[in-house]
Amino acid sequence: MSTPPRPAKPRLVYAQPGDAVEPGHPVTVSRYGPWARVNHWITASSLILLAISGLALFTPALFFLTTLFGGGQNTRALHPWIGVLLFVSFFVFFAQLWRANLPAKVDVVWLSKIKDVVGGHEENLPELGKYNAGQKFIFWGMAALILLLIATGVMIWEQYFSAYFGIPLRRWAVLVHSIAAVLIICIFILHVYAAIWTRGTLRAMTRGTVTGGWAWRHHRKWLRELAGLRRRGPAE
Amino acid sequence: MSGSTDSPRTAVSNPPVQPMASNLGAGDVIRRSATSELPPPTRQLTPVAKLIDVSKCIGCKACQSACIEWNDTHPAIGENVGVYENPHDLTENMFTLMRFTEWVNPATDSLEWLIRKDGCMHCADPGCLKACPAPGAIVQYSNGIVDFIHENCIGCGYCVKGCPFNIPRISKADHRSYKCTLCSDRVAVGQGPACAKACPTQAIVFGTKEDMKKHAEGRIADLKSRGYDQAGLYDPPGVGGTHVMYVLHHADKPQIYAGLPENPSISPLVQSWKGVTKYVGIAAMGFMAVGSLVHGVFGRANRVTREEEEAAERLVDSAGPPPPGPRP
Repeated sequence: MSTPPRPAKPRLVYAQPGDAVEPGHPVTVSRYGPWARVNHWITASSLILLAISGLALFTPALFFLTTLFGGGQNTRALHPWIGVLLFVSFFVFFAQLWRANLPAKVDVVWLSKIKDVVGGHEENLPELGKYNAGQKFIFWGMAALILLLIATGVMIWEQYFSAYFGIPLRRWAVLVHSIAAVLIICIFILHVYAAIWTRGTLRAMTRGTVTGGWAWRHHRKWLRELAGLRRRGPAE
Repeated sequence: MSGSTDSPRTAVSNPPVQPMASNLGAGDVIRRSATSELPPPTRQLTPVAKLIDVSKCIGCKACQSACIEWNDTHPAIGENVGVYENPHDLTENMFTLMRFTEWVNPATDSLEWLIRKDGCMHCADPGCLKACPAPGAIVQYSNGIVDFIHENCIGCGYCVKGCPFNIPRISKADHRSYKCTLCSDRVAVGQGPACAKACPTQAIVFGTKEDMKKHAEGRIADLKSRGYDQAGLYDPPGVGGTHVMYVLHHADKPQIYAGLPENPSISPLVQSWKGVTKYVGIAAMGFMAVGSLVHGVFGRANRVTREEEEAAERLVDSAGPPPPGPRP
């Protein structure tokens, strides 16, 4: 007597560990686990604090923002440490998400229809995995800029590292640091705005779940895979 | 002398015994770091300058001692590593430093011992002040003195990047930047800098910038008459001229004097960081913020429809319940 062969372990293309669908009205889809969310908010708070303290030192018009940190001396002392925190928390996050953010052919199609994206005409857009090309751009843009910011930031960290880098190099570092900071703030604004404009997104980072309709509208391949996973039983 | 209401003319006179009010105040500030709207100065002081005649320096370091004493700094006792410089570099406790160079003149094949008193040059166009992000941490007075106001300093080290002469030093103890003040507190009461006062050979002299240039002319003519045909004044135009000037016997080769820059100016990296990057950067961030706001207010939000929720429900329902646990 032979036992029927067990179904092959499904190869997940879009779903990540912890992603799951829960039937109901509406369907609930788990998108981020509690640790990923905690980490996201550590990263987010760090980035906001870094932007405020950095802008205070970037332009005299915003120097008054140093009072939020207890004065210029404290701002100068705290900023780099917050940078270290951001670097660590972001790259923990990075390790969890990079695979799902690898570019795919469908990203080119999506980008070619950027007008429909901005207009909110999802019906004209291709079905997507867990992330769209815009999210991937934000992900990789942040990753590259954070690397650049931590490297140049260490070079201009006067208190501990001034002796290790020559002044001409530190001049480059401070210029690159400020340009990278401007770019990451722009990406940050894009990220926050996209999350607010695309209704139903924020709860992915608060409750950790989105509705089935949201997943259907924005990340249908991901939803289909999770639904299929349910049919076949959970991955081991 | 008319110095009671204006800049002192010399460093050699002795101070009066009665106390004097400071003659250098907020009304004399012509530039203030990280400050765009500065009230115009109430008067124009006669520009002053310190002239350092390298050819007359005997390397005695009396200037360093006088500087330490007047400014009440406490340089650490160093270690002799076989060079004449002591300490080994400028520090937050040593605002001026004799730098010694042994140079073989290729024209005469003779050894020349070049001694240059290093320290803040008090640029007319100060890179430190341009780079400084802290309002009022660096000021420039109408007499030409560039001064660090330590209580406003945040210790970021931007002045170090701005300076074309590698002068400011950040204290590891109080995280504030220090450099030569041109004895602004002495000048304020009609006295010249302590180093000039102490110099036994008058290699360091002090007075109005005009007088110092004239004095330099005499010195240069003398040096030329003694075979130094490249003798000249170091008052680099790339930083708008300086209020500390050198008479060099080889003015065509300033770099032989322990790396005195030939044509110093504020680095273009610092200029673009404090210039175009700042303006374009703020514009870009502002554009993003305003653009998002406008799109948010006037655009239609991207909402999930009822049909999409139902489609998802159908998809998940058709998937059916998960199979029961492990098979027997």
